[in-house]
Amino acid sequence: MLNPNTAIGIKDLTMAYGDFIIQRGLEFEINKGEIFIIMGDSGSGKSTLLKHMIGLMKPKTGQIVYQAGDFWAASEEERKIASQRFGVLYQSGALWSSMTLAQNIRLPLVTYTNYSESDIKDIIALKLSLVGLAGFEDFYPSEISGGMKKRAGLARAMALDPEILFFDEPGAGLDPISSKRLDDLIIELRDGLGTTIVIVTHELDSIFAIGDRGVFVDADVKTQTALGRISDLRKSPPSPKVAEFLSRSSK
Amino acid sequence: MDENVKIIGDTLHVVLPNSQHSVAFDSSLLKSEAEKVISSGQIRSIKYALAEGAQWNSLTLATIKGISGSADSKNIPSDLSALPVGVSKILALTKTTVIDDAGASETEPSNLFLVLGNMTLAAFDQAKELSSFIGLSLSSFKRFFLGKAQYQRSDLMAFIQATGPAALVIVTVVNLLLGVILAFMGAAQLKLFGAEIFVADLVALGHTREIAPMMTAIILAGRTGAAYAAQLGTMQVNEEIDALKTFGFSPMDFLVLPRMLALAIMMPLLVLYGDAVGIFGGFLIGTLMLDLGPIEYITQTQNAIGLIDIMLGVFKGSIFGILVAITGCKEGIMSGRSASAVGDAATRAVVSGIVAIILATAIFAVLASALGI
Ligand SMILES: Nc1ncnc2c1ncn2[C@@H]1O[C@H](COP(=O)(O)OP(=O)(O)OP(=O)(O)O)[C@@H](O)[C@H]1O
Ligand SMILES: [Mg+2]
Repeated sequence: MLNPNTAIGIKDLTMAYGDFIIQRGLEFEINKGEIFIIMGDSGSGKSTLLKHMIGLMKPKTGQIVYQAGDFWAASEEERKIASQRFGVLYQSGALWSSMTLAQNIRLPLVTYTNYSESDIKDIIALKLSLVGLAGFEDFYPSEISGGMKKRAGLARAMALDPEILFFDEPGAGLDPISSKRLDDLIIELRDGLGTTIVIVTHELDSIFAIGDRGVFVDADVKTQTALGRISDLRKSPPSPKVAEFLSRSSK
Repeated sequence: MDENVKIIGDTLHVVLPNSQHSVAFDSSLLKSEAEKVISSGQIRSIKYALAEGAQWNSLTLATIKGISGSADSKNIPSDLSALPVGVSKILALTKTTVIDDAGASETEPSNLFLVLGNMTLAAFDQAKELSSFIGLSLSSFKRFFLGKAQYQRSDLMAFIQATGPAALVIVTVVNLLLGVILAFMGAAQLKLFGAEIFVADLVALGHTREIAPMMTAIILAGRTGAAYAAQLGTMQVNEEIDALKTFGFSPMDFLVLPRMLALAIMMPLLVLYGDAVGIFGGFLIGTLMLDLGPIEYITQTQNAIGLIDIMLGVFKGSIFGILVAITGCKEGIMSGRSASAVGDAATRAVVSGIVAIILATAIFAVLASALGI
């Protein structure tokens, strides 16, 4: 069981594609209401780790525990219910291309809530305006830019007011201003709604600006080499590679 | 010995000739000469230089890297100081970027048993995939009949529209022409016996029992099966299927079920329609070219086929429709995550769809004759 202030517990997790081990022995907890950063070099398995947390991939060994219990020990029905509590922003937005932006946000709402049609319309407008896309309800994903897709994806991820939001490289493909706005939005979501936020990112500016705690996964030793408050990791990095990553200098 | 490779004292001097895209030098000769010297053990170091006024490019770099690689393995140091700064800088870069190939599989030498074994294993895997997909579809259908499946009714309507009405033109053209062809082929033979009137029997029976279901299914395999595979494969690439899963939607219910239903509903109707069009094609030939009377042709047709023939054709059509739906959706939903994987999925959907249709036709032929239908 998790302690009541913990949102997610990763216990001795080994991840693999078939027999090809990506990471082993991952062990950390993410607290409720914090902004947790997953860092690591390219190919180290950050996206893979995220896929494990949101239930798209099954651990080779080890557990992923939510307040409701061990995710993969639960039945498929229970997993479905659990996954409604989190929202995911995929690297490319992953909007359903056959639906307009409004329909994308509408689908989870009509499926999982009892709101009236007019309430749903208002909520859709609210979510879209939160990400700066007010008025784009009837656009199809193919009719908007890459950065806009990402923001619309965020609006959809927030549709059900999730307790945990996962982001895979939220800043990638955004201009510096939009990227900054997204960071501000993430902090506001956390402060306003108490949402727990898990972010995979390389962007140091973002990491330092919004990250509370983080974990560093290393592609060479295939396990986590740092865990803790971002400010502490920056002051006293536990390994030269983490130091290099956080200071962007190779010495 | 190549003039660019000289031994002075215990040092091997390698001079890199001019290298441009249009003037390549013989790098393999240079490398093999140098390697001969290296393995002979006469030297203690290697010094590289660029020939007078020569240009350098990637080929120069690759050549130096090749030679210094074999020198390194013999612990012979390479002296790059005489080379332009750019060359030594880029070479230094190639040393730090080590590609870890621990995970890459080794290519084993192939022999007959290995190939045969791998093929067998692949066939087993495919059969496993297929049966698990069929199992998943069945449980999805069960949820549908219990009213628990989550899908969008508007999707179902759109797929029905795309599968049926939107395919009418091509179904009409193909079935009409097949009716005409069948009538011509039959007429050529039956004329010899003065039995042209039996063209009506041939067209009616042949078309309703065999041709209409098979050809309509093949059209749909190319049209709808390929479209399904491409749509689902693209959704896989865009992470749209992942997004469905994380919202707790079952991709089987949400994506596969409406597509399968659309084919299962429209296929029998298209076959019935194909029957009518094909018979009309035969009628045209019979009345216009064989001088049979219209009433005569129609009566002959009515006497030739019974409800059982039409039902058999429609039933076969439904089965073919399900086969097309299964192959199309399975390939799509199991597609890889790249543009070429989506193309492969569409190709496989069409090929295995058509093979499945022909196989099923053969099985039906055997069964129908055994049962005397
Ligand atoms: N579908 C797959 N099948 C097999 N191996 C995969 C697959 N996807 C990723 N990998 C491997 O898993 C490892 C980790 O990939 P992952 O995408 O998680 O890296 P990442 O840390 O997100 O990298 P990046 O920062 O470049 O996005 C890589 O070595 C990659 O080769
Ligand atoms: Mg990634």
